Amino acid sequence: MYIATSRSADSAAGIPDPKGTARRVSGNVLALGMVSMVTDISSEMVTAVLPVYLVLGLGLSPLQFGVLDGLYSGVTALVRLAGGHVADRFGRFKAVAGFGYGLSAVCKLGLLAAGSSVGAIGAVLAADRTGKGLRTAPRDALISLSSEPEFLGRSFGVHRALDTVGAFLGPLVAMVVLWLSLGSYDAVFFTSFCVAALGVLVLVVAVRDRTKPSPVRARPSLSESAGLLKIASFRRICWWAALLGLVTVSDSFVYLLLQRRSDIAQVYFSLLPLGTAGVYLLLAVPLGRLADRIGRWKVFLGGHVALVCALLTLVGPFDGVLLAVVALALHGVFYAATDGVLMAAAGPCLPEHLRASGMALVQTGQATTRMISSVLFGWAWTAWDLYPAVLVTTGVLAAVVLAAAVVRPLRRVEVPA
Amino acid sequence: MRSRWLIVLVTVLVLAGAAIGYTWYAREKTARHGDVNVVPVVSGQALSVPSPGQVLFRNTAAGPDYGRVAQVPAASPGAPRHTAGLSCDRFAAAGGKALCLAARPGVLPPVTDITVLDKDLRVLRTFDLPGSPSRARLSPSGRMAAWTLFVTGDSYAATGFSTRAGILDIETGELVKTVEEMPLQVNGEQYFSADVNYWGITFASNDDRFYLTMASKGKTYLVEADFRAYRGRALHENVECPSLSPDGSRVAYKKRVSADQSAPWRLAVLELASGKETVLAETRSVDDQAAWLDGKTVLYSLPGRDGSSDIWSVPADGTGAPALFVTGGASPAVGR
Repeated sequence: MYIATSRSADSAAGIPDPKGTARRVSGNVLALGMVSMVTDISSEMVTAVLPVYLVLGLGLSPLQFGVLDGLYSGVTALVRLAGGHVADRFGRFKAVAGFGYGLSAVCKLGLLAAGSSVGAIGAVLAADRTGKGLRTAPRDALISLSSEPEFLGRSFGVHRALDTVGAFLGPLVAMVVLWLSLGSYDAVFFTSFCVAALGVLVLVVAVRDRTKPSPVRARPSLSESAGLLKIASFRRICWWAALLGLVTVSDSFVYLLLQRRSDIAQVYFSLLPLGTAGVYLLLAVPLGRLADRIGRWKVFLGGHVALVCALLTLVGPFDGVLLAVVALALHGVFYAATDGVLMAAAGPCLPEHLRASGMALVQTGQATTRMISSVLFGWAWTAWDLYPAVLVTTGVLAAVVLAAAVVRPLRRVEVPA
Repeated sequence: MRSRWLIVLVTVLVLAGAAIGYTWYAREKTARHGDVNVVPVVSGQALSVPSPGQVLFRNTAAGPDYGRVAQVPAASPGAPRHTAGLSCDRFAAAGGKALCLAARPGVLPPVTDITVLDKDLRVLRTFDLPGSPSRARLSPSGRMAAWTLFVTGDSYAATGFSTRAGILDIETGELVKTVEEMPLQVNGEQYFSADVNYWGITFASNDDRFYLTMASKGKTYLVEADFRAYRGRALHENVECPSLSPDGSRVAYKKRVSADQSAPWRLAVLELASGKETVLAETRSVDDQAAWLDGKTVLYSLPGRDGSSDIWSVPADGTGAPALFVTGGASPAVGR
C-alpha cells in the first residue's frame, strides 16, 4: 500500500516515472492483455482472408457476402448484456469470458466443417460474434477490478495496446500461412484455431478471477443491473457516451472520405485503417496515463475534439499525403482517447458486484447509437451530398462535445455502494 | 505448480505441431490438385484466342492442370482439352485478344493481376489492382477490356464489400480503374448515392456502348453507358451481370427471383428494343455472367463437385432444357 500511495503522490505532483507502466499495471491486466493479443491474432487472421475465401473460394455473390457481413457484425449487442449479467450474477468473470473465448476458438474449426454451405458459414460467424459479445464485458470488468482505481486509464491503455498489436499481427500471420500452404484458406482457419486455443490456455493458466475478496451478497438480479442507471454519475456516462456515439462519424465513412479526397489512398484503401491502428497502439498507454492524471472524461471529450479536427481536415484545403497522415493521426488519437478511457471512466462509478453488467450497458448503448449514426450519416450523404453532410455532422458533433464540456457530467462521482 | 506448466508446455507444442502439420498437409494438397487430371487433358499446348468453332475456358477439373486455360471444339466439347501454361481465375477472349485475371497468391489485402494477351496468349500489358477477381470481358473486337473486382475493407475498416468495375482501352491505353464516378441517370434524373456499386460490364461491337449492373439501396439496375461520352442511364430493374448477344439486340443476365440466400437467381434474357423479358429453362440458381455460344444459346457455369465447376448451356428463348457442355470448366469464351 505504501508504495502505491507514494507513487500516486508522485504522479499527482507531476514527477515523471519512467518505469511506472510496468510496475503499476497488475499482472492480471497484463495476462488479460496477452489473451486479447493472442485471440486478436487468431480472429484477424480469419477476418483478413474471409472476404477472399467467400467470394473467390466459394463463389459467393456480392449480395450473399453483404448479408453474411451484416450478420457478422450485428449479433453482439444483446449477447454482451447477457454476458455482463451472467458474470455478475454468478461472480464468475473468468468463466464467462473463457466460455466466450472458447466458443470463438471452436468456430474457427466450424469454418472448416461448414465447407461451402452458406447457411452453415452464416451460423458459424454468428456464433463467433456471440463469443466475442459474451467475453467483452466480463473481461473489461476484470481489468477494472484488477487495477488500482487511480490507474484505470493506464490499465485499459496497456490492454488495448496489446489488443491492437494482435490486430496488426493477425493479417501478417495469415499471409505467412497462405504463403506456406500455397494459398490454402483451410490452413489459415486451422492455424487460427490453434492460436485461439493458445489464447484460451493463457486465460485459464495466467488470469485470476476477481482478485479482491468481495463481500458476500445476494446474486444481482436483472432489475438490479438495470437499476444501475439510478447511479447518477453512471447514468450520465451512459447517456453522454450514447449521445456522442450518435453524432460520431463511423470509421468506414472516415476512410471513404479520405479515399475521395486523396488519390494515393485509392490503391491503398484497405491499408488506411492500419494508420489509425498504429497511432492508437502508440498512444493508448500515454493517453490512458494522461486520463488518470487530468481526468478521464476530459480525455474522452478531447478524443472527440480530435475527431472533429480529423473531419475538418478531411474537408479542408490540404491534399495528398499530408491530408492522409494528419487525418489518420487524429483518427488514431480519437480511438486512443476514447475506447479504453471510457471503460476506465465508467469503472469507478459502478459497484464491484455489478461491474460487468454496467460495462456491458455502456458499451451496448454506445455501439447501438454508433450503428444508428452510420445509417443517418449514409442518409445525409445521399440526401445532401458529401461535403454538406460532413460539415453538418461535424458541427453537431462539436456542439455536443461543447455541451458535454460545459455540463461536466462527471464533476462529482458518488462512491457506489 | 510444476506439472501445471508442463501441461501448458505440452499443449503449446501440440498446438504448434498441429498448425504446422496441417499447413504442410494443405500445401501438399493444393500443390497439385491431385496427381492426375480427372479428365483427358493434352498439356503444354500453344493455344491462341478462339477461332470460330473453338471454345477457350478455365479448366477447373481436378489435377495438375487445374486453373489453366484450356480449349475444346464447340461442336465436340467433350473431346480431350488442350491446355496452355497460362493460369487465370477469370478469363475472357474475343477479337484476337485475351484477358486474364488472377488473384496474387498469399497477398493480403488481396491484389489482382490483370493481364492483356495477344492472339497467341503472349502478354501485351500487365498491371495490378486491389481486390479479388470477379468478372472479365472483352468487346467483340477485342479492343475494350473490362473487369470487376471485389474490394473489401479489411477488419479495421469493416466497410463490408464493394465491387469496382474498370475498363481499359487497349488501343489508346486509357485506363479507368473504376467507373464509380460516371454520371448516371435513373428515371430521367441525375442519380447520386454514396452506396452506388457497379459490376459485370459487357461491351457492344462499336467499342463505345456498354452495359453493366448498378446496385444502390437494395436494388439492381441494367445501366446502358457510353465510354467516350462517359455517362450512363438505367434501363431496367433487377438485372445483374448482363451479357450482350452477338447481334447486340438482347442481354442475358441473372435476375433475382428469391430472397433465399442459397438460390436467389434465375437466368433471363431481355430484348433491349421491346423490354420483353424471358426467363430461361435453367431452374437452378446461376451466379455467373453468361456467355453466348451463338445467337440462340447461352453458356454459364454452375458449381460442380469438390470445388470444381461445370459449364452448362441452355436455349436463350426460354424453351428446351439445360445441358452439360464442359465438365470441369468456367469462364467460357467462344470464337466467332
